[in-house]
Amino acid sequence: MELTLHVWRQDGPDSPGRMEIYKADDVSSDMSFLEMLDVVNERLLEEGKEPIAFDHDCREGICGTCSLMINGVAHGPEEGTTVCQLHMRKFKDGDSIYIEPWRARAFPILRDLVVDRGAFDRIIEAGGYVSVATGNAPDANTIPVNRDESEMAMDAAACIGCGACVASCPNGSAMLFVAAKVAHLGHLPQGQPERQKRVLAMVEQMDKEGFGYCTNHYECEAVCPKEIPRKFIAEMNRDYLKAGMAAE
Amino acid sequence: MKLDAKIPSGPIQEKWDRHRFELKLVNPANKRKYSVIVVGSGLAGGSAAATLGELGYHVDCFCYQDSARRAHSIAAQGGINAAKNYQNDGDSIWRLFYDTVKGGDFRAREANVYRLAQISNAIIDQCVAQGVPFGREYGGLLDNRSFGGAQVSRTFYARGQTGQQLLLGCYQALARQVNTGQVKMHVREEMLDLVLVNGRAVGIVTRNMVTGEIRKWVADAVVLATGGYSNAYYLSTNAKGCNTTAVWRAYKKGAVFANPCYTQIHPTGIPQHGEYQSKLTLMSESLRNDGRVWVPKEVGDKRAPGDIPEGERDYYLERIYPSFGNLAPRDVSSRAAKRMCDEGRGVGPGGRGVYLDFEDAIHRVGIDTVRARYGNLFHMYEKITGEDPYKVPMRIYPAPHYTMGGLWVDYNLMSTIPGLFVIGEANFSDHGANRLGASALMQGLADGYFVIPYTMGDFLAQNGPSGVSLDDPAFAETENEVRARIDRLLNIGGDRTPDNLHIELGKVMWDYCGMSRTKEGLEGALEKIPQIRQEFWENLKVVGNNESLNQTLEKAGRLADFMELSELMCRDALAREESCGGHFREEHQTEDGEAKRNDEDFSHVSVWEFKGEDQAPEMHKEALTFENCKPSIRSYK
Amino acid sequence: MAARKPRMNRLARTLQSSIGSKFLMSVTGILLLLFVIAHMLGNLQVFAGPDQLNAYAAKLQSLGPLLWVVRLGLLAIFVVHIGAAIRVTNSNRAARPVAYVYPGSVQSTFAGRTMMMSGLIVLAFLIYHVLHFTVGTTNPDHFHLVDETGRHDVYSMVVMGFSQWPIALVYVVANILVGVHISHGASSAFQTLGVTHPRLAFLKQGFGPGIATLIVVGNLSMPLACLFGLVQLPA
Repeated sequence: MELTLHVWRQDGPDSPGRMEIYKADDVSSDMSFLEMLDVVNERLLEEGKEPIAFDHDCREGICGTCSLMINGVAHGPEEGTTVCQLHMRKFKDGDSIYIEPWRARAFPILRDLVVDRGAFDRIIEAGGYVSVATGNAPDANTIPVNRDESEMAMDAAACIGCGACVASCPNGSAMLFVAAKVAHLGHLPQGQPERQKRVLAMVEQMDKEGFGYCTNHYECEAVCPKEIPRKFIAEMNRDYLKAGMAAE
Repeated sequence: MKLDAKIPSGPIQEKWDRHRFELKLVNPANKRKYSVIVVGSGLAGGSAAATLGELGYHVDCFCYQDSARRAHSIAAQGGINAAKNYQNDGDSIWRLFYDTVKGGDFRAREANVYRLAQISNAIIDQCVAQGVPFGREYGGLLDNRSFGGAQVSRTFYARGQTGQQLLLGCYQALARQVNTGQVKMHVREEMLDLVLVNGRAVGIVTRNMVTGEIRKWVADAVVLATGGYSNAYYLSTNAKGCNTTAVWRAYKKGAVFANPCYTQIHPTGIPQHGEYQSKLTLMSESLRNDGRVWVPKEVGDKRAPGDIPEGERDYYLERIYPSFGNLAPRDVSSRAAKRMCDEGRGVGPGGRGVYLDFEDAIHRVGIDTVRARYGNLFHMYEKITGEDPYKVPMRIYPAPHYTMGGLWVDYNLMSTIPGLFVIGEANFSDHGANRLGASALMQGLADGYFVIPYTMGDFLAQNGPSGVSLDDPAFAETENEVRARIDRLLNIGGDRTPDNLHIELGKVMWDYCGMSRTKEGLEGALEKIPQIRQEFWENLKVVGNNESLNQTLEKAGRLADFMELSELMCRDALAREESCGGHFREEHQTEDGEAKRNDEDFSHVSVWEFKGEDQAPEMHKEALTFENCKPSIRSYK
Repeated sequence: MAARKPRMNRLARTLQSSIGSKFLMSVTGILLLLFVIAHMLGNLQVFAGPDQLNAYAAKLQSLGPLLWVVRLGLLAIFVVHIGAAIRVTNSNRAARPVAYVYPGSVQSTFAGRTMMMSGLIVLAFLIYHVLHFTVGTTNPDHFHLVDETGRHDVYSMVVMGFSQWPIALVYVVANILVGVHISHGASSAFQTLGVTHPRLAFLKQGFGPGIATLIVVGNLSMPLACLFGLVQLPA
């Protein structure tokens, strides 16, 4: 099939950007979306032009590196799927495809479609862990964990930190990401001692990074490649308010 | 060169304990005077950086990804082994040790493997305490699964995302140290060379992948945890960015390379579907529990699978290995698939694939049971291929997956360069010629959490601070070398792209140094690879400059090192005149086509030393002795 | 973010955070919703005739200072609600300085995306509404009527107002917007307040659109009934 790509190009963090149009001919429906871009890039390179920079790594949907806004939807039209696992059979011959970077103040563009998601790391650094130094741990079966709670923790822990939630949110809010992290540890006994401190620190850092506020559109939930549910946001709201209103 | 593995004396059960007591310590107040560089932030690097930080060392940790959490450990699916014996099914440290040595086809160091088995239990404890949500029983205790190469259930798992969950645990431990300032994390910062002063590793030179800035870093010791080199094949299950540069630079600075030819080819990858393909995806091995593997009996039979009658199908695994059938081990079934395709009986585009058919299973246990067991895998397969495996058989083909070879290290995980430690997949130490499932995660975390913190202390206590500063001329010299190499890559001005050349290299490696190897083929590869390398240096095309995010330049630099490593892999494969584990030499097989080990002549680690750009490397041998596991022949008939 | 005073206590810090702002908006929103419901129920007495409605109005008036407490309280709630809204909107605009060339959405709703707009229009309407029926500036001719017993003739005031189609139209449009606003806001508030119990899930889903529909139907019934002559001036 033949496609027309409208791609955001930007030379560097401080350069102005613009949409550019590329033709992608000879696209096979078996290609992944990123392979389609690889082919376009090989041609650009052969023509002596700079290829389109985009983030990707594992290409099997788990590392969370790939990050493209495709026709206004983070990770494109297939539900529960990262861009690297999106295949061209989801498109039709003659389609126009708009490819843009994640857009948020907290995710500055580095080049073309590559953004800096360091804000997510800083949120985890603020408190998204259990403070247990190596060697301190008791036997793994010392504390039995309710299986449903453990499964719930795993549902939240499945987050790959790709940032699609922020990209898709009309407010550029990171609530689904932070909520998933808070819920992961919040549902396990090992996470209890630092539960209040953790949620306060992580939300404070989230606000500092300049993410928007959640107004419950749930676009994040709709595009999340790991289908993390919105209920974790409600849980975090409650955890945060409880912790914030408790005595110092 | 004398290779001293520094294996402690005494009975194998006591070696590690005794060694830990004998290791010198750095007192807490002095730890803050030392700095350590850790390259890589996967399970090995992340856990090492976090733990060294906790102990009080100043740590700088580097990764090429945009976050420490994205290292390729994240993609491991199945699980992590430990000798907990929670299932009361006869497991023990000794059994895990034996299974691992045997699984590695008796080409690993016994002492290292025993230590790994000992440490395995503490890893699970640590991970649970960190909040890793392992699968549990209804009673709230940890569940286990069984895995290839073992008769006990000792594999801990977190759904199909065990690697991800372990990595997040380790990343969170790392984040905690970043928060205290003990560890400084440098993302999108790629190590391009190692700096030595008086033969000791004292720093690295990196390139900031956003600005192109070349930076120098000094420390008292350097830890490489940069993973494996399966991307030498171009198509592999590794992440696109996985590369050998750090390891290869260390090799060229004097660290010796062990067993480069030991590569693991996983049997159940999704086959290549076109020339444009960028990466191979694995389907869990568990599918072979119910799927039947077959190809048409006739060469060149292009009919749709459903049109091929039962009598014209060859269920070759069941035919050749009647007792193990479709569950023959990884290396054996990978090679059998290759043979079928080489005979011209492969299926799908390009003829490089075999069927994995669930029709019988659907008839036998019903479609709902099959869906319950494999639904998510079928879904993933359909997403990638567009074919519904409930209706047409899956097509699978082996895929390069893991490299057992790596930089040589002693029992302390230190390379032959003092102060340079190598951990995780980047070293060679624990898996011999073949790695068992669910052991890679175990090794990475064992090295990072529980070995390096002790042995690093010993090295620093014995050798003191490096006393070197960035002003040392060695730094400027190395920086100049790095800059010169980048300039050279940017100024070739040819017309072949890095990917185009990498595909050519990968094809040679796959054809001649892949699942099965011959003297003739390897000799041919050793002629072809230098030609491709020459073509690379004469006809490479890189656009853009160094001073910006330039993914083509990144690829070119990594490929330059793969070009050299590939040659060493072939050289090693040629020298190892036997078949063992993942290394199969067609000349060395039994009458019925099975691997034939030669313990008399090859019970050693092949260790390669760099001798100069246009010189052949020199091979050294570290003899392997087996005092506790008697070498036996693996048969799956 | 403004620099924080180190000694600011935890509660103040909490209320100034993103979630805190949403908390304030939710709590005030729910109070306003309760007021809207009570207001509607009171007004629906128009269907019971002049005597009933005027008696109700007189009773409210007789509360004296208490009425002022309620009014000032209501005003304070509005101020907090609007203040939080401004804060949220500003932060959200700042969080995405460059818009997408190709905007898209998967499951967000029109109501959710237009909260600020519907809120502002409703606010303008409220000012008019107060001037119309509470202060009596816009239509003094309706406002100063007195019924047979000497009470303020609220009934006639309402009927005369709503019988004029431009006024009725304003009320119809504004109340539809009130409904749109509530349909998102009411459900959203419970999510923000952290309601997670499965039995209460309805509060976060159907409740908003449901209560909004009831309010729209109730509030529109009055101007429409007057306009179409179903409710008439006392003979």
